[in-house]
Amino acid sequence: MIEFKDVSKTFTTDKGNVTAIKDVNMKIEDGEIFGIVGYSGAGKTTLIRMLNGLETPTTGEVDVNGTKISDLERGGLRKKRHKIGMIFQHFNLLWSRTVRKNIEFPLEIAKISKAERQKKAEELIKLVGLEGKEDAYPSELSGGQKQRVGVARALANDPEILLSDEATSALDPQTTDEVLDLLMDINKRLGITIVLITHEMHVIRKICDHVAVLDGGKIIETGEVLEVFKHPKQPITKRFVYSEVAPSPEDTNVVVEQLLKEYPNGRIIQLTFHGNQANLPIVSEIIHQFPKLRISIIEGNIHQTAEGAIGSLFLQLIGDQEDIDGALDYLKTMRVETEVIEHGR
Amino acid sequence: MGGNTGYFEFNNVDWNQMWSATWETIWMTVVSIVVVAILGYFIGLLLFETSGSQNFLVKVINWLVALFVNVFRSIPFIILIVLLLPFTKQVVGTIIGPVAALPSLIVSAAPFYGRMVELAFHEIDRGVLEAADAMGASQWQIITKVLLPESLPALISGITVTAISLIGYTAMAGAIGAGGLGNLAYQEGFESSNNTVTLVSTVIIVLIVFAFQFIGDFATRKVDKRVV
Ligand SMILES: Nc1ncnc2c1ncn2[C@@H]1O[C@H](COP(=O)(O)OP(=O)(O)OP(=O)(O)O)[C@@H](O)[C@H]1O
Ligand SMILES: [Mg+2]
Repeated sequence: MIEFKDVSKTFTTDKGNVTAIKDVNMKIEDGEIFGIVGYSGAGKTTLIRMLNGLETPTTGEVDVNGTKISDLERGGLRKKRHKIGMIFQHFNLLWSRTVRKNIEFPLEIAKISKAERQKKAEELIKLVGLEGKEDAYPSELSGGQKQRVGVARALANDPEILLSDEATSALDPQTTDEVLDLLMDINKRLGITIVLITHEMHVIRKICDHVAVLDGGKIIETGEVLEVFKHPKQPITKRFVYSEVAPSPEDTNVVVEQLLKEYPNGRIIQLTFHGNQANLPIVSEIIHQFPKLRISIIEGNIHQTAEGAIGSLFLQLIGDQEDIDGALDYLKTMRVETEVIEHGR
Repeated sequence: MGGNTGYFEFNNVDWNQMWSATWETIWMTVVSIVVVAILGYFIGLLLFETSGSQNFLVKVINWLVALFVNVFRSIPFIILIVLLLPFTKQVVGTIIGPVAALPSLIVSAAPFYGRMVELAFHEIDRGVLEAADAMGASQWQIITKVLLPESLPALISGITVTAISLIGYTAMAGAIGAGGLGNLAYQEGFESSNNTVTLVSTVIIVLIVFAFQFIGDFATRKVDKRVV
């Protein structure tokens, strides 16, 4: 288990003091994927670097599996670092080494015998799907392949924890998904705890179990990912969540206002689905039960998260008040979160 | 003054003397390069490792080494030879001949190369150093497994440039008695007005420079895996 206890960090610079982390208290359970999200400068990098002692807290303490990181002397810290893998936004591979030798690098550092190094590298190359690229140099690889090497290298010493600092930020959406799938697979197969930081909510949505929102060095909201997506509390969290669930709330508002103007008689509703609700044939069921009701879809989207689907759908219902109320009742019985949209939302 | 002022009177060239002068030049260059490469590597490492520290003592060391480097880099070579004459006599026992040229060659080129080594280390991606640190690498492992291999192309092209300026220095040292092609060109070519000797010496020196440049460029390209 990872624990931050009243952790603060202040950098002293020529231009004065910068408090990057303020009173952070946080627990990360074994085997989970924990996401930390925040805007640039929120203190994410500073926070994650405390876990392997690249940064030391000014006050408070950071415990990793019962060891207080700041208590370790140099040799002890080096040993501990063997067991904490890290992947980086810009991969940070050694260009002078082949894929295989890059993966063996942390094993050399841990003074593992040559035979064992080769065996381990072979396994890891298979695990991350880089067969055939063993003898390529990083300059011959795509971004996604480089990050696979980064992941394999981070796993070489069988770490207890994997730290990821914006590991997908330099990759295109499809490659990002591939790397995220790899991380999820590794987490499931090896049971390794993953702490990842990102400024992209879809990364959190896709693979994290818990999330903490960091702003101005403070954790302003934390909880289960689905819970935070369902009921974001802080304005910043809402901004993050809405940027994902409804990619363009402003656009939607414009469309809604226009439809309200064009069809003053209709009702516009927003449905929010959680978990396997998204798989229910709700719309066709409404059409089936209320054949006189006209339904048009304004906008909709569904995302897959680690714990299930989450989505939202804007519908316009035109018809008798009776039918509309009936449809709303039906939605209630299906436990679909329903909001009737009116002017000046 | 003799009458051998033509440039193409090859029968006036004592070829045995020419070859032994050539070997002296190559010998002086190669021996000093080896020593300069090693010394320069340590100077560069010292400059790199002590740079950007908050520790007062480390700052002082960095400042002293940098001062030493800058001073010796700024002294014109011909003056450096004269300055080092007493030292050379102490160490080598003589102030003429190829061996006597070594101290001044080394003292002038090592700081120069040391600076290049430092620059080569600073060019290494900080992220890679941080990754090694995050993996628990010791300082020694970082030096041998990251700093050296990751800066190798720059180290090799740096030693090539240094080698070429060293060849120039051997000629200058030769003029005041160190032997080699410079010495031959000066004594036989200039003082005896044997212009053919001057020409042949020049051509051989140019060929030596080309050879070093070629080997250096080839080796640099060979170890550089950053581009394909
Ligand atoms: N070594 C340092 N010295 C001084 N200030 C620092 C240092 N490292 C970070 N900071 C400051 O601490 C704050 C948090 O920085 P940090 O790098 O942790 O943010 P971040 O959330 O990772 O941002 P980004 O998303 O841009 O990477 C910033 O204001 C930054 O300027
Ligand atoms: Mg950062």
